[in-house]
This record gives sequence, C-alpha cells and structure tokens, in this order.
Amino acid sequence: MSATTAGTVRHESIYSGGIASWLTTVDHKRIGVMYGVTALFYFIVGGVEALIIRLQLATPEGTLIGAEAYNQMFTMHGTTMVFLVLMPMAAAMFNFLIPLMVGARDVAFPRLNAFSFWTFFFGTILLNLAFFVNQAPDAGWFGYANLTSKQYNPGLGIDFWVLSLQIMGIASIASAINFTVTILNMRAPGMSLMRMPLFVWMALIVQILMLLAFPVITVGLVFLFFDRFFDTNFYVAAAGGTPVLWQHLFWIFGHPEVYILILPSFGVVSEILPTFSRKPLFGAPFVIFSGILIGFLGFGVWSHHMFTTGLGPIADTAFSLGTMLIAIPTGVKIFNWIGTLWGGHIVMRTPLYFAVGMIALFIVGGLSGIMHASTPIDLQQHDSYFVVAHLHYVFFGGTVFGLFAGVYYWWPKVTGRMLGEGLGKLNFWVMFLGMNLTFFPMHFLGLDGMARRIYTYPAGVGWEQWNIVATIGAFVLSVGVLLFYLNVVRSLRSGEAAAADPWDAATLEWSMSSPPPEYNFAVIPNVNSARPLWLYKYGPTRDISKRSKEDGTPPQPDHPVERIELPSPSHWPLVAAAGLTLAGGGTMIGLLPVLLGVAVLVIAVYWWAFQPLERPGNPVFEPGGGSG
Amino acid sequence: MEPRSAQLGRISPGCSICRTVALLTLGVALTGCGVADLPDWSTVQPASDMGRSILDLYKIVLWWTGGIFVVVELLLVYALIRYRRRPDDTGVPDQVHGFTALEISWTLVPAAILFFIAIPTVRTIFDVQRPPPADAIEIAVTGHQWWWEFEYPDLGIRTANELHIPVGRAASLTLTSADVIHSFWVPRLGGKRDLNPGSENQLWFTPDSVGVFDGQCAELCGTSHANMRLRVFVETAGSFDAWVDQQLQPAVEDSVGVQVFLASGCVACHAIAGTPAQGKIGPDLTKFGSRSTIAAGILANEPDELAAWLRNPERVKPGSRMPNLNLSEERIASLVAYLGSLR
Repeated sequence: MSATTAGTVRHESIYSGGIASWLTTVDHKRIGVMYGVTALFYFIVGGVEALIIRLQLATPEGTLIGAEAYNQMFTMHGTTMVFLVLMPMAAAMFNFLIPLMVGARDVAFPRLNAFSFWTFFFGTILLNLAFFVNQAPDAGWFGYANLTSKQYNPGLGIDFWVLSLQIMGIASIASAINFTVTILNMRAPGMSLMRMPLFVWMALIVQILMLLAFPVITVGLVFLFFDRFFDTNFYVAAAGGTPVLWQHLFWIFGHPEVYILILPSFGVVSEILPTFSRKPLFGAPFVIFSGILIGFLGFGVWSHHMFTTGLGPIADTAFSLGTMLIAIPTGVKIFNWIGTLWGGHIVMRTPLYFAVGMIALFIVGGLSGIMHASTPIDLQQHDSYFVVAHLHYVFFGGTVFGLFAGVYYWWPKVTGRMLGEGLGKLNFWVMFLGMNLTFFPMHFLGLDGMARRIYTYPAGVGWEQWNIVATIGAFVLSVGVLLFYLNVVRSLRSGEAAAADPWDAATLEWSMSSPPPEYNFAVIPNVNSARPLWLYKYGPTRDISKRSKEDGTPPQPDHPVERIELPSPSHWPLVAAAGLTLAGGGTMIGLLPVLLGVAVLVIAVYWWAFQPLERPGNPVFEPGGGSG
Repeated sequence: MEPRSAQLGRISPGCSICRTVALLTLGVALTGCGVADLPDWSTVQPASDMGRSILDLYKIVLWWTGGIFVVVELLLVYALIRYRRRPDDTGVPDQVHGFTALEISWTLVPAAILFFIAIPTVRTIFDVQRPPPADAIEIAVTGHQWWWEFEYPDLGIRTANELHIPVGRAASLTLTSADVIHSFWVPRLGGKRDLNPGSENQLWFTPDSVGVFDGQCAELCGTSHANMRLRVFVETAGSFDAWVDQQLQPAVEDSVGVQVFLASGCVACHAIAGTPAQGKIGPDLTKFGSRSTIAAGILANEPDELAAWLRNPERVKPGSRMPNLNLSEERIASLVAYLGSLR
C-alpha cells in the first residue's frame, strides 16, 4: 500500500566483515549498533543489580547480602542505568538516526564518533572492573561528599567511580560536539530548522545540555580526584572545605542530566505518534519550543534536590517555583501528543503501545514531581521511597518505555527485519504491569516513612506488604524485559523481512532500503517540508493545501547516481581511547601506567591527525551499483 | 480524606494487588493507603505542627495533581479508543497541524493551577522555617557514624539516640555532624533536615501528641546508614521533668561495675558522668539503663541483646566504629549488669 519504490535491493552487507571491521569502523550506523548492543548488555547487568536489591528488601531484616554489598548494589545500579544504559541507548539512536533523518551520509566527524564510542566503552569496563577487585563504589550514584573522601572511603571503589565517570564524560562531550555540528551543518538542502524531525530537535537540545552540564560534573570530579589523590581539601569540612559544594556541582549537572535522559524519549514519542495516527504532530512548533524551554529551565532548578540541605526559605522559594514552572512546557508536550492522536486513524502496533505507555507512566512521574517541587512536602518525601517511586516513573516509565518504543519503531530500519508483533504486545503488557506493581507501592512506602538506601528495615511497622509486592513486581518486570530479548533473538534469526517504509511514515530515514546502504543516500535529497516522504506519497491534502509551496521528497534510488567516496576505517580512535583509559585508570596503580597511557594517547592522536581521510581502500561506490 | 480512608479500609488488606489496582485507578487516593493501621513512621499521621502543615499542603497538591491525573489519562485513553483505525478508515485523516487557541489554553490552565499550588507552598516554606518561639527547648544534635548525640545545653544533659521532649512545647534542634552528612528524620514529627559537618542547621517543631516516635537517618552516611535509627519520646510536662531530674543524678563514683568498665577498654570512647570515664568518641552512657534501645535503635535494651552487642558489635552493626574487644563472657556479664543499673 505504500507508494515507496525503494528497497528492492537489500543492503545487509553493511554489517558484514570480521571483527576488525567493527573495531575500525567510522560508519555512524555501525557505531550506533555498537552503542545499542553495549547498552542492552548493561541493561541486564543493571537489572540483575536491581533484582538483588529487591530480593534483599523483600522481607524485613533481609539476609541475602550485607550492608556493604547492598550499598555497592544501589550505587552500581544507579550509575549503570544512567551512564551505561539510558545515555548510550539514546546515543545509539542519535548515531544511527540523525544522519539518516537530516539527509547526511555520516556525522560531521566520523573518527571522533568512533573515539567517543570506544572511550565510553572502555569507561564502562573500568567502572565494572571494580567488582573484580571486590571494591565496587558504595557512596550512591550521586556520590555525596564527604562520604567519598579518603578518610571515610579509603578503598579503591570511589576511585573507580571518579575515573570512569570522568572518562565517559569525555566521550559524552566529544559526542555532543559531533552531533551539534552534524545537526546544525549537515542538514540536506531545504531542511530548515523548523522542518527538522522532532527527534532530531530533541537530540539537538540534549547535545547542548550535555555540552553545558558535563563540564560542571567534570570540575566536581576533578576536585574530588584532587582531594583523594593529592590531599587537597575542597570537600573536607575539618580543613575549611565545603561538602555542600559537591551537591551544588553535582546537581547543576544532575538536573540537566535528567532532561538528557528524558528528552530523547520525548523525541521518539513525537515521531511515533504522528506515524501511527497518520497525522502530523499537533502543534509541532510548540512541542519544539517547550523542549527548548525545559532544557533552559532545567539549569535553574538544581537546588530542588537540596531542600533538606538547609539553604533557607528564600532559596527554597526560588527553586520551588522554578521547578513548578517546568510543569508547564511538559504539560504542553503531553497535550500536544494527545492532540496528535485526536482525530487520527490510530494504527495499534507495538511502537505505539510503548509510546502511549510512556506518556501514561510519565504523567505519574511528572505529577509526583510537582509534589516534591513543593519544598515543605519534599522535606518529608526527600530520600524516602516516594522519590524512588517518582524517579522510576520518570526513568523507567518515561525513558525506558520511550526508548523501547524507539527500538520497536526503528528496529526494521536498523536490521532489515521486523520484531514480532504478538510477542511485542505481550512484552509491553507484562512490562507495563510489572512496572506499576514494582514502583507504585513505593509511593506508599515513602509516605509510610521508609527511607531510601537502607539495606534492612524493622518488622512490624507496616512496610512488609508493599515491599513484597514491589519485589514480585520486579520479577514480573524482568519477565517482560526478557520477552523483549526473546523477540530480538527471534527477529534476528527468522524475523519477517522489513520493507523500506514498513510503517508508512513521513521522514527521510524511511526513504531508503532497510537496512540503509553504507552511503545512506544515493542522492542527497531536497527537502521541502517537515514530512517529505508523506507528502510524496499522499500529496498535499486539505489542511496543508495552504502550504502549497511544500512538496514531497521521493524515495531513494537503489543505486548511486554519482560517485560516492566514504571516509576510510581507522584504528587510531580505538587506540587513542585505550590510551586515555589506561592513563586515567592507571592513576590507581602508579606513574608508569599513566605515562604509558599518555604516550599511547599522544601517538594515536598524532597518527590519527596525519592519516588522510581519503586514501587507497576507501569505500567507493560508483553510479549504477558498481563498487570498488 | 476520612470517608475515602474508610472505604479503602474495607478492602481486604491481604489483597495487595487488588488494592494496588484500585489505587492506581483512583490515582488520587495516595493518602488513603493503610490508614486502617497506620505504622509508627507514617508521614500522613503527623504528631507535630510541622508535620500537620506539611500534610495539609500535601493534601492540596494531591487533589490538584490527582484531578489532573484523572483528566489527562482519561483523555489519552478516550483518544486511543475513539480514534482507533477502523476497517472503513481507508483514506488519510484530516491533516491537522495545530490550533493556537488550544495551545494558549493548555499553557494558561496549568499555569493557573500551579498558582494555587505555589501560594500555599510559599506560605508553608516560610511558616515551617520561621524562628522558633522563645520558650523552645534547645537541643544540640550531632550526627556520628552511626549514632545520634543529643545535648540539652540549658539542662546540662547529654544523651544518645533517644530524645525526650515535652508535649506542646517547641523543640528547637541545632544540627551538625562530627563526620559525614546525616539527615534527621522522624516522619511523624515533620520533615527532615541535614546534619552537615562544619556548619549548623536549624529544625524546630512543636509535638502535639504524647507518644514514642521512631526515625531514621535519611542521608546515606556509610555502611550502617540503615542502622542509624532514633527514637523520640514526647512526654507530658510532668514526666519530662521527672526524666530530666533522673538524668541529672550522677552515677556512683566508684563501684565494682565502674572498675570493670574502666578495665575493659570502654572508657577510651564512652563517658559516664560522675565517674572517671570521660571518653567523648562514643555515646554518653550515664543513664544507659533508662534507654529502651541500644546501638542507635536497632536492638532492645535487654541483657541478651546487650551481651550480643558487646560480644561482637560488627555483627550487629556492620562497619561499627566500636571495636570487638574480645571480652570474656564473665566480663560481658558484669558489664551488662552494670550498664543495666545505670538508671
């Protein structure tokens, strides 16, 4: 039924080649896949950590693990889910999709992109190495000073945490620069900012948030590193330092980080709802500007994480009201999403289930967020299970459901195969049930006075019932997640082949075969509308006739119409990332590995800089299908 | 709130899932939960002015957010059902791009609702942080890994982990920490406040019911963070005065018990007023026998439990700063007897 003609030639070969081709690739699609695989691996790791936490808390005075191991579990669970799962899963989508959506053949700096991935990847290994020396970090994902000081935390755990976060932060900043430039400079002719897909818009806001927020945590981590390694006193109260300084630095990063985690999902939902409602996004400019406003306001509300710190009523009022303001643009988004569904012909497929599930669950997290935006209420709810409930409605209900929606939506484009529809819906319902069963009772636990981060709690104070429900829910949720992995495996083995445009969508990434050819676009498209493919297929219909200047962009031809030369693979980004990680992680051992790491880094960057982009062996594609 | 609580109370407490589903559907019923048998820690059964003003504010916000929840989720579900594609939907729906009047209204209406939340919020922020009344009883609270030090500077009393205050009179706490950040939280008496090393925080509230209220350190403070509980005894003026008198009586200066205490190494960290034991690192034990719990609220003050604690503190409280002194059983028995006698 789709008017598309592309996709008769299949391009599965873009993933062929040995392990060396993956280690040296600079193709944004392969790098995207590597981010995705890494994130899905750590999703299991972080999930197992969560199950251990829930088993320990299933009954009062649980004895599964001790106090130290429990503190390590929730620290690693939080750090893993934020930095090793949600951010890289979003990065996977940015990598794979942004060039395809803006009509580019790759990102602006392909080798820097590979460097970002490998730096992130080595950072994740460094963090988890802590388990193997039995000294996992144990001060929480927020790592409040001065519990992280050498005096109160003498082991290597915090060192692993500081260094791996610092290294992954470098990856994030490099990647943020790369995608900002890609989005601003590499859009196809005619794609003005207001014609850019919503997902790319939200991605752009996320890149800018990362560019501005990560330097702040970098400074905070440098201070902590100096305190621990060189006996400085930034956070040492006894020597005149201020532990509360860490809280400010951490949350000036940490609150924008919340939007770094949620905005990609907002972008995903803003793509999926129009496709499955068969209508444009309702009020697109308002959705875009509310995203910008959320990002902007997000930098001015960090102290709402610190209402119990004792900042005084004036600061409490300012941060309380500032936080409440964020509810307005967030509400605008939600109403526009409902407006998109309204009057549509809603096609009930799995991506839509997850997208609507994301909205339904995020509403709960958003509303409980308004509760603790109110300082006095937060004085009760802060650091209680109420906040655990809130943040999981935002990050699991919001981010994870949104990202799952995105995976179900773009999986055909990435792999050339469909995910199972029946299994997908089962996956959704089990996850939806498990999610609510796990996290909704935590509201009650918080109101009943149960504090966070406690490995044991007394019997007979009324917490048993909801804790056992939450633990059962966590296992239901795990079954739901396993159904997803099952679906993935089945699709890769025997999934139905995906057409170029399986959902009858509107944006450029559906205008070429699934998976796309290595060069993405056989011909760089001319974009004349926010919905180039839709207009090509359906033409201007009643409501858009007043925008008669807009017209569609045809699907891509199967073969290049001009000679296309792509950047050559390079192993130097990988070597540079390894050198950087060795230099960073080596600080825990001594000067020798640090010097060795720096030497590797310098040499790699030198050779990288002098390696020509175009050289013999470059992938070259000739018009008419020949390649050399 | 009361009628709703009664309704919920009728649902069998055994049917957790039914209740969860029921509450999910209601969405607005957060306060209704478990009202039938409220635990000692509940924030929705406050026993102080601060706790009450927070709960009042919470109820206002709960009703607004609950109402928004119901309306928005219903709209979402309605749209999904009403506009599901049907077999006769062959063409494309109207390609509506937006409607500015709607955009303006769904910006302004939430803004107006926030106004009704913001006003009582700001009022309560200033209300709970105004200076305490002049007749407030002053208490200096110092957090330690993992126990609470309470000092009544005007009364000359120093105690640990169990706080006694009179009902109907403001208790004004000055909070600081000796090591890492802790947070003082007794849910039924009001909100929490951090204990920051190197600076002082204030928290005050007026308890309005006699009773025993439990609390817990609410800021991760290391290995035994979970084992840093506390207990607040809100008493009538008469019983409080009696408690004060009792606390002010020094222990017997010299006795067999004191000698065992001094010889066992306890003296390095602990003080017992009136005796040569004047250690400052651990809790003051002057009236140890009068406390209901030991080890920061995690064991009952019973001879068996105290003996277990002395035998191996690490086992009761992981990471405990109190070392295992490898005391003989004989010595443990004498210490238990002596400490129990400190009333």
